[in-house]
Amino acid sequence: MTAILTNLFDGVAYGMLLFVLACGLAVTLGLMNFVNLAHGAFAMTGGYVCMVLVNRMGWPFFAALPLAFVSSAAIGIALERTLYRHLYSRSHLDQVLFTIGLTFMSVAAVDYIQGSSRVFIDLPAALQGQFDLFGVGIGRYRLMIIVICGLLTIALQMVLAKTRFGSRLRAAVDDPRAASGLGINVPQLFAFTFAFGCGLAGLGGALSAEILGLDPYFPLKFMIYFLIVVTVGGSSSITGPFLASLLLGIGDVAGKYYVPKMGPFVIYTMMIVILIWRPNGLFGRTAAR
Amino acid sequence: MSASSDVGYHAQRQARWHYGEVAFWLIVLACGFAFPTRYLIMTDILRLALFAMSLDLVLGYAGIVSLGHAAFFGVGAYAAGLLALHGIINEPVLALIVAGLAAMVLGFATSFLVIRGVDLTRLMVTLGIALLLEALAERFSNITGGTDGLQGIEMQPIFGEIPFDMFGKAGFFYSLAVLFVLFLFARRVVHSPFGLSLRAIKNNPLRAAAIGIPVNRRLIAIYTLAAFYAGIAGALFTQTTAIASLDVFAFERSADLMLVLVIGGTGYLYGGLIGAVVFRLLQELFSTITPQYWQFWIGLVLVVIVLVGRQRLHRWVLYVPNLIIKQIAGRKAVVAVPESDA
Repeated sequence: MTAILTNLFDGVAYGMLLFVLACGLAVTLGLMNFVNLAHGAFAMTGGYVCMVLVNRMGWPFFAALPLAFVSSAAIGIALERTLYRHLYSRSHLDQVLFTIGLTFMSVAAVDYIQGSSRVFIDLPAALQGQFDLFGVGIGRYRLMIIVICGLLTIALQMVLAKTRFGSRLRAAVDDPRAASGLGINVPQLFAFTFAFGCGLAGLGGALSAEILGLDPYFPLKFMIYFLIVVTVGGSSSITGPFLASLLLGIGDVAGKYYVPKMGPFVIYTMMIVILIWRPNGLFGRTAAR
Repeated sequence: MSASSDVGYHAQRQARWHYGEVAFWLIVLACGFAFPTRYLIMTDILRLALFAMSLDLVLGYAGIVSLGHAAFFGVGAYAAGLLALHGIINEPVLALIVAGLAAMVLGFATSFLVIRGVDLTRLMVTLGIALLLEALAERFSNITGGTDGLQGIEMQPIFGEIPFDMFGKAGFFYSLAVLFVLFLFARRVVHSPFGLSLRAIKNNPLRAAAIGIPVNRRLIAIYTLAAFYAGIAGALFTQTTAIASLDVFAFERSADLMLVLVIGGTGYLYGGLIGAVVFRLLQELFSTITPQYWQFWIGLVLVVIVLVGRQRLHRWVLYVPNLIIKQIAGRKAVVAVPESDA
């Protein structure tokens, strides 16, 4: 029983991490119908920035996290303004090719700068190890992830639901043409959201170094996970991707624990089954039109 | 002239062999004799060309964006490897066909998933299937040899007559023959009413359905056929290199394949062939400059191609040949700009 609960806990932490990593992608897809396979590259950037700051320059871990966010967001907005925005009206094929190209470039560039081996971020002692709570083993680091990601999710949900910015964003996702007709500056809104999504991915990348492993191949390895979150979750709300992330996280952890020999088999099968059952995602409207 | 016979006339004219095409194949054949020391890389190009032609069938003609075409390549490769390793079918040509059929069965089975949903779902499902197969191949390492791959494959002579030599000469002409036969078939298919209906589906599935084309059945058919082609390409890989390892399923293989097709252009069958040559030469060039980081340059090429625009790029590339043809032949160029895609 406790093993189940521990697994569940790990799965939730993993799922929340995936959500932070992937929710930027959901917005990109939902708002601009843009297939951004290079999303993982932004996450990797954040992870490496955090690693360099903490390991090489001796920054405290919690000070490096915001920097990971900022650096990824800055790169995101630079790329959005210079390259991405030319491709919104192009075919999906063009977008896929372009973002695969970017991914390859980022993989090779990081490999060149930092080497190809897996890197670890030195964690403060307070985050290491685990403690028992009613007999259930709780990893400190994972608990921190759940807290951070949980707070982020709540904040995102509040921003989307309560603020003016949120309602403009929701309007633009629902119908970009009508929204711009109503005087909402959709490209600007999008640039901002894109940068924010990249920033979240960067933060996720920094947090995930411990759990998912950080190496130059990160964008390729986890591309499918991000896509699963988005396609299964849809993009009409933030709850869809959130639930999809949790499902994926718990499913993956449970799959690796109970049927270790099948490895990643479980989630791929799960994804294909879900996509056969509901081709447009489990929750609400499909991400791509 | 009535409208339907007019359409038929144009369709038939399009389907006729051009001098340029004959010249193309003669040049390819001539390469086999001109560069006797380069058989290995030329065989590699032929394989890649066949694989790209397979993707062209689904992408260029049916408009299905696939990120997991390596799945069929891999199945073909392992099927051919296992058949040869365990001596089930020793004759390479027969084994080739059986391996192709194995990939075809997978293609047929998965086509039902692929025709559902929109572009993004298709990307996901194709990618997922390739990853799934990679995971399976890793899992059943007692059959597939795991990360070491299948080793100790010994190929028997083709038709029991022509042995594979160490210089790869037999392998090259064998691959060339297979490519040519499959090309002829693909050419016949895409110029048939079936092929024309595929283009209609690609341009507008709704309208295609409205004029009575069974959209889903056609997509299943072409996807299955393309899987067969990819399977053959994979089987050729195993047969000519005598290895099959996990990387036949790798995502990079599917992504590279897209680049090949994009370089060559989609929707006119030669795109894959030309793209394969250019891609392999580029790869050679990049890996001589930076052995470890050639992927960066491949990525850069992709980004540049998309930013410049594929249409424009092909116009530039074909500008000079078209000019020459115009001058010499005094008529419209035979090298047409490939039609827009996806």
